[in-house]
Amino acid sequence: MASNIVLSEVEYNVVGKRHLRPDGVDKVTGRAQYGADVQLTGLLQGKVLRSPHAHARIKSIDTSAAEAYPGVHAVVTAADLSFASLSREQLGGDYQRVKFASNHVLASEKALFKGHPIAAVAAESQHVAEEAVKLIKVEYEVLPPAMTVRQAMEPNASLLHEDLFTSELGELSDKPSNVASHMAFETGDLEQGVQQADVVLEREFETASVHQGYIEPHNSTAFWNTDGQLNIWCSTQGPFVVRTSVADILRHPVSRVKVTPMEIGGGFGGKITAYLEPIAALLSRKSGRPVKVLMSRTEVFEASGPAPGTWMKVKLGVTNEGKITAADIFLAFEAGAFPGSPVMQGAACALACYDVPNARINGYDVVVNKPKTAAYRAPGSPQAAFAVESVIDEICEQMGMDPVEFRLRNASREGVRRVEGPVFRRIGLVECLEAVRNHDHYKAPLEGPNRGRGVAAGFWFNRGFQSAVNISVNPDGTVNLIEGSVDIGGSRASIAQQAAETLGIAYEDVKPTVVDTDSIGYTMVTGGSRTTFATGWAAIEAAEDVKTQMVERAARIWDTPIEDVQYIDGVLSHKSDPELRMTFRELARQLLGTGGGITGASNVDPSGEGNGFGVHIVDVEVDPDTGKTTILRYTAVQDAGKAIHPSYVEGQMQGGVVQGIGWALNEEYFFNDQGQMMNSSFLDYRMPTALDLPMIDTVIVEVANPGHPYGVRGVGEVPIVPPLAAIGSAISHAVGQRIDRLPANPGAVLEAMS
Amino acid sequence: MPGLVHVSTTINGNPTDFLCEPRQSLLEVLRDVLGMTGTKEGCNDGNCGACTVMFDGRIVTSCLVLGVEAQGKEITTIEGVASPEGLHPVQQAFLENAALQCGICTPGFIVATKALLDREPDADEGRIRHWLAGNLCRCTGYDKIVRAVLDAEEKMKA
Repeated sequence: MASNIVLSEVEYNVVGKRHLRPDGVDKVTGRAQYGADVQLTGLLQGKVLRSPHAHARIKSIDTSAAEAYPGVHAVVTAADLSFASLSREQLGGDYQRVKFASNHVLASEKALFKGHPIAAVAAESQHVAEEAVKLIKVEYEVLPPAMTVRQAMEPNASLLHEDLFTSELGELSDKPSNVASHMAFETGDLEQGVQQADVVLEREFETASVHQGYIEPHNSTAFWNTDGQLNIWCSTQGPFVVRTSVADILRHPVSRVKVTPMEIGGGFGGKITAYLEPIAALLSRKSGRPVKVLMSRTEVFEASGPAPGTWMKVKLGVTNEGKITAADIFLAFEAGAFPGSPVMQGAACALACYDVPNARINGYDVVVNKPKTAAYRAPGSPQAAFAVESVIDEICEQMGMDPVEFRLRNASREGVRRVEGPVFRRIGLVECLEAVRNHDHYKAPLEGPNRGRGVAAGFWFNRGFQSAVNISVNPDGTVNLIEGSVDIGGSRASIAQQAAETLGIAYEDVKPTVVDTDSIGYTMVTGGSRTTFATGWAAIEAAEDVKTQMVERAARIWDTPIEDVQYIDGVLSHKSDPELRMTFRELARQLLGTGGGITGASNVDPSGEGNGFGVHIVDVEVDPDTGKTTILRYTAVQDAGKAIHPSYVEGQMQGGVVQGIGWALNEEYFFNDQGQMMNSSFLDYRMPTALDLPMIDTVIVEVANPGHPYGVRGVGEVPIVPPLAAIGSAISHAVGQRIDRLPANPGAVLEAMS
Repeated sequence: MPGLVHVSTTINGNPTDFLCEPRQSLLEVLRDVLGMTGTKEGCNDGNCGACTVMFDGRIVTSCLVLGVEAQGKEITTIEGVASPEGLHPVQQAFLENAALQCGICTPGFIVATKALLDREPDADEGRIRHWLAGNLCRCTGYDKIVRAVLDAEEKMKA
């Protein structure tokens, strides 16, 4: 059986083909310009001073020695942020939001995690800046940290924010707490559902904080001109989001902030927050020079990301026929130092794979003394799936039921209402489960001692949101495509393919460029598995606009009514006069002499996003002496709707799987009892290497999304959802003990076995 | 400020002289002194391989080599892999096999892969995975990278 299978139902000319990416040559020759590569006249280097303590009151900051140090041009602290000079009355209902956002960038009263920025320096060189930050004297009153949700939820827990009150199902509580919010979803009658069940199983789970692990550290270069124009060059998934954040934190008009997204060295959700941009801007304003600020790898671990550590409980009721009748779920997610974990998404994803008539999901967003969590690929869903899918696997084991058959009996399909309300349109979970059942991997027996196989399903919504594309026709019959979506994994190709398909021209005739926030309409982040769907949609609409204008132009040249002209497969022709016929290229050549060039434009916010599902199979072998798990074979099956560029869809699947393998087996933030991260390097935070892995086989299922012209659903997030549970179950079968906390590193597996 | 040291070396076949501080790494010299930004920094402590260069016939992480150690050595960076005629077969194979997503690790992988295939043109999958274990990629899961290296072997024989 082939390693990479595409189950296509509809074929196109350009869409669905494996074209070379337009930015490929620059990236294999080292010419592509990433954020750290920016060079400007008079550029200074910045360095951030960070808190050594996980929780401390800042009593004083003395920057005088740093300011006097030769080669230093500016030093900034939270006192330089706009928030310092704004009153509660001026900010009104925005007060807490602006306070949290400002304090996240530079700590004011308290340091809330080890690595929290305290001050920053701009100097002639990186080394001088590093020497200067060491001269800044900070007096701290060290406070006890709250490091896990369990600690932080204790009644006498150390409080991070004295003015944070729990939003308890929408009502504000009257006592300050580390619980930022409690939300709940409920459907049917839980008690009745439990009574209908023949088997009821309840289990508790924990997962550690993990980092997105992009290889390129955060970077930002800013120049604040004397006329108030602020230009920023940075590595971000969302230049427009950075623009909004910077304008908000610095209280600067959004129109005076221009963000240029450089090539981005990975993000996975972790490069949306503006960590360094406001600091670089303040340093630039103070020094009058452009300033570049880079994070070290340690700073990336200690002050960006991570995905939340969790504490979860799942109770499921199932009939002897294998039908789920009840689900009661408790999710407590670490938000990090400021509110905003993805617990709501986790709650909405937890049961999305199944038609569950009676369910209750309680979610808690809890602040702890760790870096503020950031989105990480399907935020919240992998943890929730680990808990739910593990319980399903154990129930299947108890009942002697095939795990794929069990999932087919309960699978969500068109018309099923999710716990949080929406009703599924056409989805492809059943097709994915059937593809697994038919796959050579699933049919092959797994033999030998200490081996186990795991199966798990996963869900992500996939997103729409705003995108903009402009397409201009060149005199040689090619087009320039301008987009606002940062290309993080080949999206220039997938967007250009959709434009080419719509225009009926060759892929090579579309030249895509990602531009700054002054040069294109508002475009949301590259994230949420939205880019190929929503920016693709914008490209289709812009291409349709071009076609309309080309038809008008042909009608003018032929002196005939517009209704008589048709545009089919890149050829314009008169409906009744076969003499009148022009290719796209022939008309393009005539544009400048017949009324000027043609540019098609579109701004979209499409609502037809198609939900995504995946089902994974994994075989593992556990070394009984060391507890080390080896991945023997892995197959990922996913409904992509339509794979615009199958190679990059497979790449998303394989990359997501391997991040999931790291999450399941090795990766974790390891803290000492003072809340200091002890493994903030790639040596000690152990991500999978090439040597740790087999090939990752894929099956792309194509159940077209009816909400997109080519059926696109989006693919980036789903692949990281099933691996945690699939691997946990596989290890459980190998060693005969359930895995209920991650990572299942050798020590943890040995402990489970003893 | 420490005094600057004069270093004479050869980079991508070109005799090159530069001044650097004794504390500056070869990676800093390449990027900040010489403006050769194709070599990337991912960790600055030798654990990710993004800054891999050839150093007198061996692959090294340039963040762990001092600039002054380049005196009298032969260095090849990603900028020296392609020729004016076109891409090296390893680069072509990475491009055709979709072996990169974000591309930040790609220069290091290509330099490391070329070093492997120059001495072991028939390396099998296991050998490739072992050789490239010092280069981290977070996007691809390595599958398409390993396939690209196998494809590059075929291209180099053709």
